[in-house]
Amino acid sequence: MSMIEVVNLSKRYGDTLAVDALEFTVRPGIVTGFLGPNGAGKSTTMRMIMGLDRPTTGHALVNGRSLAEHRAPMHEVGALLEAKGVHPGRSARDHLLGLAATTGVSAKRVDDVLELVGLTEVARKRAGAFSLGMGQRLGIAGALLGDPAVVMLDEPVNGLDPEGVRWIRYLLQDLAAEGRTVFVSSHLMNEMAVTAEHLIIVGRGKLIADVSLADFTAQSARNSVLVRTDRQADLRTLLLGDGVSITEDGDGSLEVIGFTPREIGERAAAAGIPLHELTPVRASLEDAFMELTGDSVEYHGHSAGEVASHIKHPQSEEQAA
Amino acid sequence: MTVDTTTAPVAPASVRQSDPNLAVTFPRVLKSEWIKLRSVRSTVITLLASAAVVVGIGVLAAAVQSGSITPAGGAGGGRGQGFGTDPTGISLAGVQLAQLIVAIVGVMYVTSEYSTGSIRSTLAAVPRRWPVLLAKFVVLGATTFVVQLVAVFIAFFAGQGILGSKGVTLADTGVLPAVIGAAVFLTGTAVLGVALGFLLRSTASGIAVAVAAFFLLPGILGLFSTSVQDNIRPYLPSSAGTSLTSVTHSAEYLNYWPALALLVGYVVVLGGFALVRMVRSDAN
Repeated sequence: MSMIEVVNLSKRYGDTLAVDALEFTVRPGIVTGFLGPNGAGKSTTMRMIMGLDRPTTGHALVNGRSLAEHRAPMHEVGALLEAKGVHPGRSARDHLLGLAATTGVSAKRVDDVLELVGLTEVARKRAGAFSLGMGQRLGIAGALLGDPAVVMLDEPVNGLDPEGVRWIRYLLQDLAAEGRTVFVSSHLMNEMAVTAEHLIIVGRGKLIADVSLADFTAQSARNSVLVRTDRQADLRTLLLGDGVSITEDGDGSLEVIGFTPREIGERAAAAGIPLHELTPVRASLEDAFMELTGDSVEYHGHSAGEVASHIKHPQSEEQAA
Repeated sequence: MTVDTTTAPVAPASVRQSDPNLAVTFPRVLKSEWIKLRSVRSTVITLLASAAVVVGIGVLAAAVQSGSITPAGGAGGGRGQGFGTDPTGISLAGVQLAQLIVAIVGVMYVTSEYSTGSIRSTLAAVPRRWPVLLAKFVVLGATTFVVQLVAVFIAFFAGQGILGSKGVTLADTGVLPAVIGAAVFLTGTAVLGVALGFLLRSTASGIAVAVAAFFLLPGILGLFSTSVQDNIRPYLPSSAGTSLTSVTHSAEYLNYWPALALLVGYVVVLGGFALVRMVRSDAN
């Protein structure tokens, strides 16, 4: 059985705890998304799984052992860690031949993976002239060289055109369907929503969620209702209670969570509060992801409306109200 | 919103049976490093340039010594212009410059992997790491030895041909060891460059240290008192080169075999530090 097991994994760089006691398992047969904002520790975690960075605490096992304990590491796990991890003066084919030689992979297999990633025509060109997308494809070719049980790709869609993004998506799903363990990082929820079956979500080095995409989607289908009225204060008093949160949006409308539009309409009518608008709002997965990792984003950009009135937590809103 | 962070219990992973045909072995790592050495054009060109320097400067020095070329400003004839009068040493004069070039090749053979990030692919393929360092030592060492052995013999025969009756032959005492010693010294220098590359991981600092060790240290030593100089000079890396390429040995430098031991010692000690750093620290 092929898998990745991460146990109490931490990595400290000086004062920064880049990875903080991470613990998760990546299983075979499905695509697992490793999701988190930039700087969440995804790349560091992947480097530790590959045995490149030494963990401060804990360990990572690939197929039951640390990578260095495997006789044929490239047959256990293939990884794309960084686009352009290639000497610019060396051809794509020579780069792969050099890697293949360490483990006895044939030159034919090198040509096969070049074909698979669509680099056959530029195989003998110096990699220094490659675009970011071509570099990604070369990295993926390197990851697949040893016919690995575990495939791990760090932000593979970076720099790819839409056709390339689709190609990666199908490739990952095919690899998983073959029974391999596929672990792919991204900071884009929407990309993972169409690629991954399971999500491991991290922020500031910590595990935030380890959840199937189906559960995540169900739980994040947080239905809120946009309500517009001239008597905001009265409506608040009317609706507030346990499990209800009311957020004032920048344009004078209220976002209500905890009631259906029907319930709000009937209560408002009973209390004689006229409503000008009553709109159900369905949060996107992207919103759910942002909410989940909002506190852990290192560098925020703020919209004017957000700065003016956005209040994140229902509890604090209730206290304020 | 809440997200369930518990996971279903997972059966312990059994260790996958690895394909023995795909095992990483030292000969395979050697082959990989050989592919990497010859597939970067600048490395190949620089290595060949170092051989050309050995031949070119050797021939030039012999021509100056024989008087067939008169250096500008040396109106009275070029005899003994800094090359000494030992015919073997004159034909091997290019080794002095070549040592720096091969050291730089050694440094860049390693630091180019760190600067481009390809070291990560390399160490992911060979996660035990030490075979990579050892393979780079062996591959660059063997390549340098073969290339320079050819170069020093061409330099020697061409040089002695120019010197004519003032020249020596390989049959003369100490001549053959000195010629071979030149190739051995350049090999050691290249391998020391590899070790510096692994220790410093940066092309600029690697080259700076190599220049300091081979060119600046002897000059700096000149600032100290004679007794300090006499105690330290024989043990400088460049002095090992002097000893290994000399037919006769003065008290100022080590004899041939102790100089060879010194060179091997430098390689072992620096290589040991490089290995520890490489195996213990992050791959970056």
